[in-house]
Amino acid sequence: MTASQHILVVGNGMVGHHFVEQLRATAPTATITVLCGEPQLAYDRVYLSSVFTGKDRAELALTSEQHYREQGIKYHLNCWVSRIEPQSKTVFTANGENYHYDKLVLATGSYPFVPPIPGHQQEHCLVYRKLDDLTAIAHSAQDSQTGVIIGGGLLGLEAANALRQLGLTTHVVEFAPQLMAVQLDVAGGQLLTQKITALGLGVHTGKTTQAIVAGDECRYRLEFSDGSFLETDLVVFSAGIRPYDALAKDAGLAIGAKGGIIINDYCQTSQQDIYAIGECALWQNQLFGLVAPGYQMARVAASHLTGQALRFQGADMSTRLKLLGVEVGSIGDAHARTPGAQCLTYQDPIRQIYKKLVLNDSGDKLLGAVLVGDTAEYDTLLQYFLNALPLPAAPESLILPQLNANTPTLSADLLPDHAMLCSCHNVTKGDIVASIEQGHVELASIKRCTKASTGCGGCAALLKSVVDTELTLRGVAVNNHLCEHFAYSRQALLHLVQVEQLTTFEQLLQRYGQGQGCDVCKPTVASILASVWNEYILDNKHVALQDTNDTFLANMQKDGSYSVVPRIAGGEISSAKLLVLAQVADDFQLYCKITGGQRIDLFGARLEQLPLIWRRLVDAGFETGHAYGKSLRTVKSCVGSTWCRYGVQDSVGQAISIESRYKGLRSPHKIKMAVSGCTRECAEAQSKDIGVIATENGWNLYVCGNGGMRPRHADLFATDLDTPTLIRYIDRILMFYIRTADRLQRTSVWLEKLEGGLDYLRQVIIDDSLGLAAELEKQMAGLVNSYACEWQRTLDDPEALKRFRHFVNSPEGDSNILFVQERGQIRPATLEEKQQQQRIPVTMIESEEITHDMV
Amino acid sequence: MTWFNVATTSDLVDNSGVCVLVNGQQIALFSLTITGQNQLFAIDNFDPIGQANVLARGITGSIGDRLVVASPLYKQHFDLHNGQCIEMPEISVGVYPVQRQEQTIWIQLKSSQPRAETKMEAMV
Repeated sequence: MTASQHILVVGNGMVGHHFVEQLRATAPTATITVLCGEPQLAYDRVYLSSVFTGKDRAELALTSEQHYREQGIKYHLNCWVSRIEPQSKTVFTANGENYHYDKLVLATGSYPFVPPIPGHQQEHCLVYRKLDDLTAIAHSAQDSQTGVIIGGGLLGLEAANALRQLGLTTHVVEFAPQLMAVQLDVAGGQLLTQKITALGLGVHTGKTTQAIVAGDECRYRLEFSDGSFLETDLVVFSAGIRPYDALAKDAGLAIGAKGGIIINDYCQTSQQDIYAIGECALWQNQLFGLVAPGYQMARVAASHLTGQALRFQGADMSTRLKLLGVEVGSIGDAHARTPGAQCLTYQDPIRQIYKKLVLNDSGDKLLGAVLVGDTAEYDTLLQYFLNALPLPAAPESLILPQLNANTPTLSADLLPDHAMLCSCHNVTKGDIVASIEQGHVELASIKRCTKASTGCGGCAALLKSVVDTELTLRGVAVNNHLCEHFAYSRQALLHLVQVEQLTTFEQLLQRYGQGQGCDVCKPTVASILASVWNEYILDNKHVALQDTNDTFLANMQKDGSYSVVPRIAGGEISSAKLLVLAQVADDFQLYCKITGGQRIDLFGARLEQLPLIWRRLVDAGFETGHAYGKSLRTVKSCVGSTWCRYGVQDSVGQAISIESRYKGLRSPHKIKMAVSGCTRECAEAQSKDIGVIATENGWNLYVCGNGGMRPRHADLFATDLDTPTLIRYIDRILMFYIRTADRLQRTSVWLEKLEGGLDYLRQVIIDDSLGLAAELEKQMAGLVNSYACEWQRTLDDPEALKRFRHFVNSPEGDSNILFVQERGQIRPATLEEKQQQQRIPVTMIESEEITHDMV
Repeated sequence: MTWFNVATTSDLVDNSGVCVLVNGQQIALFSLTITGQNQLFAIDNFDPIGQANVLARGITGSIGDRLVVASPLYKQHFDLHNGQCIEMPEISVGVYPVQRQEQTIWIQLKSSQPRAETKMEAMV
């Protein structure tokens, strides 16, 4: 290709656009013209239905006209091509223009197939493909109550989601005996039908629509070949797509028997100056209806035009997606059509999960898989499939629920270098190895430099295992030492503190550490000492170890001011106490916000105000809420059987009693709990470290759940417990966690790392397999009995109060803490606002002068 | 250059920091006991990364041979001897001579030393 050549691109869908970007990146001076049939440039068709869940149409755009102009790409919108003349290398458009090309790229995509059913051309019979189609569907839905999708494939279910979002009663009609017949087998399809039916959608499989006639109750009636019928106001056809190949056919290019423009490995058609890419192209008698293979073709065509030798080699059509909230995965030969293929299946009708492995005849390679209801294993299985890795001895263990710790994990050193780890950012194992060779030895820095696992995060576990394996191979010790000052894990340090009865950081550092300590080991040791001995944390020998939040018993905010959170156990608070909080907030001009844990957070307190605020709160009967500590935060509750029509136990009473028991408990990380009064679970207990849900017979205990950055559903630990047993189990679990967890490790990660997992935890806690239960309970009893409110204690201690001064040599406050008003409360001033406030006198003089002049 | 009387030893917290106001400027004053010897350090209280007056409230310690304080906001470490940020060596805070005479702590400042707050504006 020479710089003066003119590249003409017909079509600006996702693939056409990707081609333009790829070509521009490698050929900055090429003349590129795009003819786009739609009224706007490329947008993300994969997420079309998200427009109905509130996403703005503009957010779907993959580029902008301005960007194309900046890139020097000429484009024409609403520009339909009517004819191609290969002899003269000219393209004629419907509006009478013509364009000469040196190289032509057809990215014409495909169009929805509308079966020629009598009545299919009526006003409210639509298709689902383009943004314009969405407008038509939304418009039609305004006068409709019921909608039908004809076609139960992947796109059809997407479209069904769109109708559902528009508030229509939605039905899916499928000609085949099951949904998603391309990707799923019969059993998988059946489960998908069950799940979608449970969402309130009508699913009608094995139905051939013969005619669309006027309806009695609705606008139309679909008449099926078996004599049954279905009434609807709106019909959307999603019965498959057909390649847009008419232009190519008329121009004399070779076309496949069932349609599609025939291309070679370089994406050239039978005319070597014309390329075809994406859904319109037919490679080795295959069409590719997914975006990833289309992108590959775009890269191949762009590279061929710039004289490089990339080849299109087919594409893996495995998919994982979430349709109508149902997880579905399909890998390779899902239908077991390979001769000699054998299947292993797992069906769980209660949790509604179906998994199938398709193995080769000798049972040592994975040919395909189907996953419905749970796709957690998708990444691992895809690696086995794509890289033809030898399967473990008992391959069924790959899909069976993890009942014990013996589930084989995919060994990272088995993966070849080209194995794709992170498909969001196209990172292979080779890329990870390269970054390690460049000297990155920490997971975080490897993630930063390769971007691996920073997209959906689905590959995090695999990434960590690859990194650990590679580091071990290179002799880099993967240790769990706390920091450079202690070559021990947190668990080991806690053990030393207990066994040797150590009570200060200095003792521990002298015997087992080196250097001066740091902001990692000091707070960790402080927490260990508090968990073991429960001494006052602001005591002289402990105060310098604490994080600033613990030091000042409040939460530091971005401007150096603090927030104050008194304990409101179980979220229950009297109007009298609310009045106290309101009065204090008013007197000290604090910003008020309700927390996620059913408490009230008061922001904007200056360091020197904290004792004054707490004097008032303690006098009114409040205690510290430990919002500043790695400790028990809250026990959230719903209102329970006392008031609620559905409650079966007193969840508020239980929550208050649990919160009172564990308040002040220092632990490796913060702990959150909740108690729900019935199975409706309004307190969201299953997202907490300790979750308690009332049953008719007692309490179900859930453990190790987590909200936050990486949410984890809590595991059901034991059922129908009476209160004493419940408390005994919680005592033991918490104490075992405190003893064995790493620094800043939430219970969720702790359990995932615990060898033996949930079953092992049950053995330790319920069966007392380690003989520890009595000791754990005794320790907890010791901590519960030695609880004292840290603020009450501090207010009584003049030495401790001395720290609550901004300056030790002046009563002034920090002049850099400034607030402005917003929505009737204060908020920290921004830098610009601070500068303005400091200039106020100047501004005032100027405005006076102006006023004077005007008069 | 002027020596200012800023505090007495009873104001100090061992192995931790306090803040003093000197000539309109906020200074973090640290008292560390290292192998039985007490050492004093004075640096700006203003954290140039977090943009708040908080360094006196950080945890002190060591990284290798360097004595440091960790900012309580975003945990960057500042060398107590020269004020340099370990994670972002191009950023430094001011350090000041400090000495103890009997029970009194003295800090030496240039009388024209810019205020920490005005440095913040210069950074923007």
